[in-house]
Amino acid sequence: MSRVDHAEASSKFIEAKDHADFHDKRLWDLRKKRDSESEAMPEWEQLRSLASAIKEHTLTHLADYLEEFEKNATANGMVVHWARDAGEHNQIVHGILEQHGATTLVKSKSMLTDECEMRPFLENRGIEIVETDLGERIQQLDDEPPSHIVVPAVHKLRGDVAEVFSRTIGTDAGNTDVHYLAESQRRHTRPYYLKAQAGMTGANFAIAETGSFVVCTNEGNADLGANLPPLHIASIGIEKLLPKVEHLGVFVRMLSRSALGSPITQITSHFRAPRPGTEMHVVLVDNGRSERLGMEDFWYSLKCIRCGACMNTCPVYRRSGGLSYGSTYSGPIGVIIDPTFNLRKYSSLPFASTLNGSCTSVCPVKINIHEQIYKWREIIAKRHQLPMVKKEAMRVAGKVLASPKLYRAAVEAAAAGLDHLPRFVVYNPFNAWGRQREVPSAPASTFRQWYVRNRGGER
Amino acid sequence: MNSRAQILARVRRNQPAWRALPEIPSFECPLADPWSAFTSALARMGGTVAVPPEGVALDAFIGTRFPQARVICSATPEVAGTRAISTVRHPAELDDVDVGVVRAVFGVAETGSVWLSEREFGVNALGFLSQHLVVLLDPRTVVPDLHHAYRHPGFREARYAVFMTGPSATADIEGVLVRGAQGIRTLTVIPVAAADAGSATEARRSS
Repeated sequence: MSRVDHAEASSKFIEAKDHADFHDKRLWDLRKKRDSESEAMPEWEQLRSLASAIKEHTLTHLADYLEEFEKNATANGMVVHWARDAGEHNQIVHGILEQHGATTLVKSKSMLTDECEMRPFLENRGIEIVETDLGERIQQLDDEPPSHIVVPAVHKLRGDVAEVFSRTIGTDAGNTDVHYLAESQRRHTRPYYLKAQAGMTGANFAIAETGSFVVCTNEGNADLGANLPPLHIASIGIEKLLPKVEHLGVFVRMLSRSALGSPITQITSHFRAPRPGTEMHVVLVDNGRSERLGMEDFWYSLKCIRCGACMNTCPVYRRSGGLSYGSTYSGPIGVIIDPTFNLRKYSSLPFASTLNGSCTSVCPVKINIHEQIYKWREIIAKRHQLPMVKKEAMRVAGKVLASPKLYRAAVEAAAAGLDHLPRFVVYNPFNAWGRQREVPSAPASTFRQWYVRNRGGER
Repeated sequence: MNSRAQILARVRRNQPAWRALPEIPSFECPLADPWSAFTSALARMGGTVAVPPEGVALDAFIGTRFPQARVICSATPEVAGTRAISTVRHPAELDDVDVGVVRAVFGVAETGSVWLSEREFGVNALGFLSQHLVVLLDPRTVVPDLHHAYRHPGFREARYAVFMTGPSATADIEGVLVRGAQGIRTLTVIPVAAADAGSATEARRSS
């Protein structure tokens, strides 16, 4: 498997300036909406602490809660399956569909099924899959993975969507009106809900004490897919467990506020048992989660509720786009999860961060994201997986920073250099800091020069 | 060893040291006027509260709000509509419904949500295949926030329970808000006291 080169991939993203600018603006807008919601709730920090503690408790008792969930879900009439990895998950889902003679599946958004690369697996076996979430459908029709876990097509502009839809579902190529495009998808998708033999959802939460699971959406697609066909399959990562119904109050209050800045998703559905005469199957998926649970520094990432707030606030994510991470999970949360799947493949991702800590401060379940990013860097550096340029730069920086004399000389030279060097020297391909931005002009004197002048020399 | 046993064994082996489960505080937040809080929260989410004028029956009122509607499918005895949900055999039969009518069990002031289960829908798809949804709600049932809402016993009884908060919506293209994504295009809440609640007679008169 080849390594993801995040810097290289993002430079392509940045080349399309209109797209890059809009992407940055749109996600920052989501971040601001999140802020006004959280600031309006005096108990916000209390909720974050509770959510974090509930998740940590659940994860440290996870096996018991999984058994409790299974027992209650089974008693409610669901069928519970267990999948060790992506391959087994896909086989289980295929087996259920085959057993029911299902050839068309209407599916709502689920990062887990993306993680398992389920779609190509089923399509190769003759199953027609219709992604029903608008953003996910745009990505499916354009043969691209989602670029954001909440808004999958956020990197596309309306003209791109018009192009994809005119090519695939027969809309008017010249009509880029957003309402027209959304309405076209509504009309195109509706017949599938009526004829599909199976519906599939993910789950935001699974409740041990009731054996039920919760799906939070806005479009109505998940509930159409779950309430029309005679078969409902839900794929659920084992970390989605919560002990009790009362805990949902804490999480549902924060999920959509963190994600989109709305007080709740338009539709928050609780599935406890199949409709009479229909079947409901749950696939509990491990796929690396039980291993991650044993990683001392990294198990906290299992608290994640997939709200995307860390992505929206991250300056690197906003300016590089989700696809540049080369993984289902992008942005800060992706940076700390992806290396647990494949350290070599994703070794560049922990460097796609400024370590500003903003991700940590917006996280509704208090994952120490930026600290984990730093810890991944340590591991990658120890295992010699740093690219040559970075390694050499770090070696030189280490020497310079260790010697006050060298450091002063370097700072003064750099300040002088910035003002006097020709542009092509500062903005050369080896200086990453000179790409896509103007380097600020250096102050007239360094801090030390100012200090020596004003405070009378060294102590 | 089968997958279930393997996963559980690996989880047990790797679980970090036990951490305690915190108590959830009651989050008491007495609202002076839960109904007006509910109304404004619902408006923010794109829903509408509509109050029938004095002396106008519910069927007639719904008719004036949806003059184009040909199929009005009602799941509550308080509204006749043109089709009773009890005649529906398969959810796909609801594809032609212009207006669905249901009675919600309770509302949530914090979010403007209404709580519905398979008992209220009759056929769950009524809440999603209908073009428009009209929800009858007893204003006295509105609880302050989601913490209170999740204490409702319905979550342990219903096969399917849902908070609906305004119409279906999407902002997946350039963040432009489109109301009426794939489910209902509008959601209208009509305050009507429930017949089985305390002062039923008085409430019916005032509606």
